[in-house]
Amino acid sequence: MTTWESVQEFLSEPTTWSGPDSIWTRLGEHIWVSVAAVIIAGLLVLPLAVWLGHIRRGSAVATAVVNIGRAVPSFGILAIAFLVLVQMGAGVGEPWAVLVALIALAAPPMFTNTVAGIQAVEPATIESARGMGLTEREVLTGVELPLSAPLMMEGVRIAFVQVIATATLGALVAWGGLGRYIVDGFARQDMGRLIVGAVLVGLLAIAAELGLSAMQRAATPHGIRPAR
Amino acid sequence: MMVLGQTSQLVDWDWIGRNIDQIADRTWQHLSLTAVSVGIGLVISLALAIVALRWRWSYTPITWVTGLLYTIPSLALFALLVPVVGLNATNAVIALTSYTLLIIIRNLVAGIDSVPDAVLEAADGMGYTRRARFWRMEVPLALPVIIAGLRIATVTTVGLVTVTAVLGLGGYGYFILRGLNTFFWTQILVGVVLSVALATVLDIGFLVMQRALSPWARRAR
Repeated sequence: MTTWESVQEFLSEPTTWSGPDSIWTRLGEHIWVSVAAVIIAGLLVLPLAVWLGHIRRGSAVATAVVNIGRAVPSFGILAIAFLVLVQMGAGVGEPWAVLVALIALAAPPMFTNTVAGIQAVEPATIESARGMGLTEREVLTGVELPLSAPLMMEGVRIAFVQVIATATLGALVAWGGLGRYIVDGFARQDMGRLIVGAVLVGLLAIAAELGLSAMQRAATPHGIRPAR
Repeated sequence: MMVLGQTSQLVDWDWIGRNIDQIADRTWQHLSLTAVSVGIGLVISLALAIVALRWRWSYTPITWVTGLLYTIPSLALFALLVPVVGLNATNAVIALTSYTLLIIIRNLVAGIDSVPDAVLEAADGMGYTRRARFWRMEVPLALPVIIAGLRIATVTTVGLVTVTAVLGLGGYGYFILRGLNTFFWTQILVGVVLSVALATVLDIGFLVMQRALSPWARRAR
């Protein structure tokens, strides 16, 4: 059977389109865990990052966080989170271990880009804002946050795309998501399942990248958009 | 009380002692997959960077295509390569190499762009050909930025090699996958800790190399 024939066969099965192992279920699982992980990570680290950026400290910490984050394999974080949560009583197949691992992966790029983004605002700009009589809060919300929005959004984009990619590995720790098709495809030597899963994961990652790039552009204040 | 895998300890040193040969084999596999992928990635990136620097308009499509490759999750890329090359090391190397391209090309182009015009004019004035100027002036002066790219690419690749466990390879990822299937902490920790250690050692290695190769950049600090 050729690859194309097995893809067609997989796509013609009713279980592909409805039920607990359908594309819609798997896509839904993949998206909600990814979105939840990025939002929770943001709530956890952004206040600290904004404050560190505002007082112009912590850039060394920010660099170290990203370097360490890069050296720890995401598969390893997922495996550790899985074992810890199972030992704490979580059921195998539940999404919590994946969620915890994804939060840990999403946090470093958002933290670092926020600290760096706020610190990249020209000191002269902040001085003039203060000179115009803005309070510290107004300097932060009216000057520093808007000017650092593009870099902050880039951090969110990097985090989200990485989270979508790593959620795929969730199937290796007994969870669902679209990676389920790839892992099952390998295990059952089912080429159709494997390829459909891989294409869906690839398309989802590209959609996330393009969508958040658009949001990044939208978050850029008009005054600092590149002239074209 | 918590149940900690097959023994009551988090790290079963006996297991490590008994499996030291296998750990050495997996170290070699991890290192060679990383080295081959980053090596091929550097050669392809150099070629593409030379094209991008010569014909400026090509830089956008090059970063677009390599950015697309970079975005595709590793597990999906391994799967997509199965019908083309099968389940083997070639599959792993093609996928891992494709992830290095964007990082290395960006730093190659940014590094060479950062060479001051005055230096280029001086080289022209001294009678350098364009090729000689590129290899003997621009590349050496761009080395800190180029090596910074290689460091990021290498550390990222070391992490991704663990995922090739699904292809029956994996280097240290083999231990992570095995440990997951048997709920055995020691194996997972060995896999993760050695992977981080390998990434760190290679990162420091590149840093040392960069300092040796560009002594002028080692200003007082």
